[in-house]
Amino acid sequence: MTIMTKPETQASLQTLPGDDVRQIMWRYADRFDIQMVVQSSRSVARGIVAQLVAEGARNTHDWTEAKNRMFPAFDQSGITAAGLDPEYGGFLTGPRNLALSLVAFELAWVDAGAATTSLVNNLALGPIVERGTTEQKARYMSACIPPQPGETRQPWRGAFALTEPIPYVGVDTGVLGGKVRVAKWTEGAEPMLQVEKRGRFITNMAVANFVTAAVESDDPRLKGTCMVILEESDPGIFDRGAPTHKLVHQLSSTHDPIFNLTVPASRIIGGYTVQNGVIVPNYSHGDIIEAVFARTRVTVGLMTSAKLLSAVEPVVRYQRGRFRGGAGLAPGSPRYDLGLQQKEDALHRLVDIWASGEAGSSLGFETARLFDAWEPYVRRKEALFAEQGITGARAQMRALRQPRAEALEYLALLGQPPAQRNEVRFAELDANPLVHYVVQESLANVLCPACKLWNTGHGTNMLREAVSLMGGYGITEDCPGFLGQKWMDAQLEATYEGPESVQRRQLSVTMTDDLFLAQYRQWITDMRHIGALRPATGACALATAMELWLWTFMHLRDAKDADGKALYQSQRHGVTFPLADALCWLLATRCQILDVLELAAKGPASPNLAGGGLEGFVNFFTDLCHVHTARAAGEVGRICAELVYGYDRHPAWECDLRGNCTTAILADALDQAMPGYSMIAEALSREFTDQPLPPDKAGPCVCMRATEAFSRRRTKLDGCLTGARLAKDRAAQALTQVMIPEALDYPA
Amino acid sequence: MADPFHIVVCGSLVPDPLQTLEPVAGAQGPGLKNETMLPAVLDPWAGHALFEAANLAKQVAGSQVWLVTLGPKAKLQQLMMTIAQKVPFQLVVLDGTASGFADAHEVATALATAIQGIPGLDRNRLLLFGGCASASRDSGVTLQLVGEQLGIRDQFLGVDELGIEPDGALHILERVEGGQYQVSRCVAPPAVLAWATGSLPEPHNNPQVGMMNMRTIMPQLQKAKPVTVGCAGIQYDTVKLPSQRRDTRVVRDVPAADIAREIVDWLKA
Repeated sequence: MTIMTKPETQASLQTLPGDDVRQIMWRYADRFDIQMVVQSSRSVARGIVAQLVAEGARNTHDWTEAKNRMFPAFDQSGITAAGLDPEYGGFLTGPRNLALSLVAFELAWVDAGAATTSLVNNLALGPIVERGTTEQKARYMSACIPPQPGETRQPWRGAFALTEPIPYVGVDTGVLGGKVRVAKWTEGAEPMLQVEKRGRFITNMAVANFVTAAVESDDPRLKGTCMVILEESDPGIFDRGAPTHKLVHQLSSTHDPIFNLTVPASRIIGGYTVQNGVIVPNYSHGDIIEAVFARTRVTVGLMTSAKLLSAVEPVVRYQRGRFRGGAGLAPGSPRYDLGLQQKEDALHRLVDIWASGEAGSSLGFETARLFDAWEPYVRRKEALFAEQGITGARAQMRALRQPRAEALEYLALLGQPPAQRNEVRFAELDANPLVHYVVQESLANVLCPACKLWNTGHGTNMLREAVSLMGGYGITEDCPGFLGQKWMDAQLEATYEGPESVQRRQLSVTMTDDLFLAQYRQWITDMRHIGALRPATGACALATAMELWLWTFMHLRDAKDADGKALYQSQRHGVTFPLADALCWLLATRCQILDVLELAAKGPASPNLAGGGLEGFVNFFTDLCHVHTARAAGEVGRICAELVYGYDRHPAWECDLRGNCTTAILADALDQAMPGYSMIAEALSREFTDQPLPPDKAGPCVCMRATEAFSRRRTKLDGCLTGARLAKDRAAQALTQVMIPEALDYPA
Repeated sequence: MADPFHIVVCGSLVPDPLQTLEPVAGAQGPGLKNETMLPAVLDPWAGHALFEAANLAKQVAGSQVWLVTLGPKAKLQQLMMTIAQKVPFQLVVLDGTASGFADAHEVATALATAIQGIPGLDRNRLLLFGGCASASRDSGVTLQLVGEQLGIRDQFLGVDELGIEPDGALHILERVEGGQYQVSRCVAPPAVLAWATGSLPEPHNNPQVGMMNMRTIMPQLQKAKPVTVGCAGIQYDTVKLPSQRRDTRVVRDVPAADIAREIVDWLKA
């Protein structure tokens, strides 16, 4: 056999990636509207937002006049209108998830609190956009549109008040904190509702003109839960409350408001019907927030990833300039030119930060694009069900059983070569919008919580790494790139719009969906194929890690612990949550590899890239993929091994489980999988049989009789890490040579 | 009210000044290291001219603005994602180098030819705008040469202010030495106005303006004609960045009045 070796000298990174690269990788090279809103958002972020942070505007909980200057900037730059439908003054046609994600990404590059402020209006409008009546959409979206030339009106701002309970009052987040009753209901007139709600941690409250609030009926004449729109001029109490003393995201206004208002029933979002004398909202609050949060959580995940990528340039500049100005240090010397970049550790850690930022961004933008693609099918499904009179969650689930079965068939056909499959049947299924609806829904249900969970959770850890690379400078207000603030802010991103446990809980359910798993299996095949064509990406290692995860999941689904209790079950978070965490690593790395392939495929058509630099970008990003694949594989291997072995009781000298200890024959067999195993086992076994009491460090040897299949996969995975550290060395070397700007393009 | 103007702004892109600009010798003559990958901005002086042109067009109903630009069209397309959002204009693209080492005469000929080819352009109502200098080709002669080739004799350099008198005449303030202005009156177009900084702030980005502009900009970019301009026959012995002198002090919380006083003292000295 001949082993092909790749030369170690290859084109590498020359400059930091610019818009040409990102537009291709994140798939908006042909969307000029999105490219413009990106530029707009960037100018606001690196202009007024950066000035506010640099001036210390974050150093108060209050919403100041200075902070308020962000709103006109958002209005003038199109950021506000980007979230509105074109018929109400917006300019982005079609789904806007990718566009709004990019807006948040650009703003968070400087300050995530500002990004939050820009998004909250969309969050407040979200229930109305998703489920509102025509009248509600017209009123509130038109009110939020920035004034046109010649207009003097002030645009409305909104806030979104969900369920945050006041701490220590005996409720949990599953209980709605607001009540609604019928205040007055005159025959032939519209009912008037009394809404009482205390909100906590409600963003935008300092300026909100209206609030979309989740409430629960406290009156037999009104059924279930709903969301209502509250206006500041409604009769009653519209108390914005005290500013929340949060430590982070100080460029977003957060209060604990109190509402006790009388509003017409027409403010119920999505409308209502009267059935047997009872007001029945058309949508429960759950129906609405599911539709809203499913989208907005992605942007939060991307905010943390933006901050990771934003850290690269300031860290490189700091590393290189670390010793300059010192006595006797001459320009041109390695110490002068490279500074801390002479040290491998500093470079390797920065490679890890960059790779994590890439993977998180890839996962986030893939999810945003998925929501854009899914949205037309959601509309089609709703229209079809409305035509057929299918309402209510259970009825819809029943109606989707057949499409789900067909979707599995569709996915099976999709994985076959066109020449070998039944093309007539495939075309028939492909034309069914409900098939596409359920296929993409199964993905969205996994990718969205994965993005929110992994990007923010792991991202926070990596931001701490970035801060540490700046030394003491990192935790000062003067740190270039505001890295200290970005690190602290990330903790809130991991928490708001559903904390990590909520995302893990959702994942632990949605990742078991057969439709998702069918696609996951196909992804393994795809990664093997990519691994054959582009082995340097580490795609093959990723495929092996994905197989290990799948095997572990299937094993845990059927296995029981030492006490005979089922392992993969709803309340067993010790099993389900780590497995969800492991999946996130795989999903993010897969998206990262796919983005690099997109760059390699489409880059040559870009004159700016083809003219020089493309090969270097592709090689560098490929190395980052390999680095990250190795990290993901390590995490997956560790988690899976712990779950597979950890619920078997360890044998002890005096217990009945001695029979579970390794026999010589089995040890020999295992030696095939793990060379050297038999020697250890033999030594341990001898100690076990000859000694009445064990010597130190020679406990009874565990038999892995039931898990040889796992061992084989785990061992294979270890071998798959071949070359990952060489990739890391190459990426580190590239960091010493990449050309960076003379200065950061925003003040610090 | 003055008759509508046809305002043609000449301007192209330059590398973002925050980038590391390192001269290198290439096959096509001197250039910058990694030039194709560096982000670009509209030449700041041309930018002032464009914003002044748009402002004038807004004041005088019926006026039109064209931006005539010579540069690599792929980079111009990226640039348009920002510039097209700022003010309404029509784009005329010449696909060629935007290198600072291109010969000003060749550039001027290419620009003048393109201007002559603009459909519907009324040369009698033409105001030729551009920068009095450039961040990349600072010989400061390109716009004058374009004006000459178009037969425009009224040329004003270093313009900071343009007013339109009731009879349609142009009231022009040009920078001269000592912080003073030369005031001129030009009875009617055509005229060349090479702008210094003007007095307008950079307009905010507005994607809605951009989307409107892009309807005409993208077709222009797609059908851009390749133009060869360069430095053929010219040999550069050395190329280096201008030497910089920075006496930077970082002082916090200094009142604006103190800063102004220090600047005045420096000027007087």
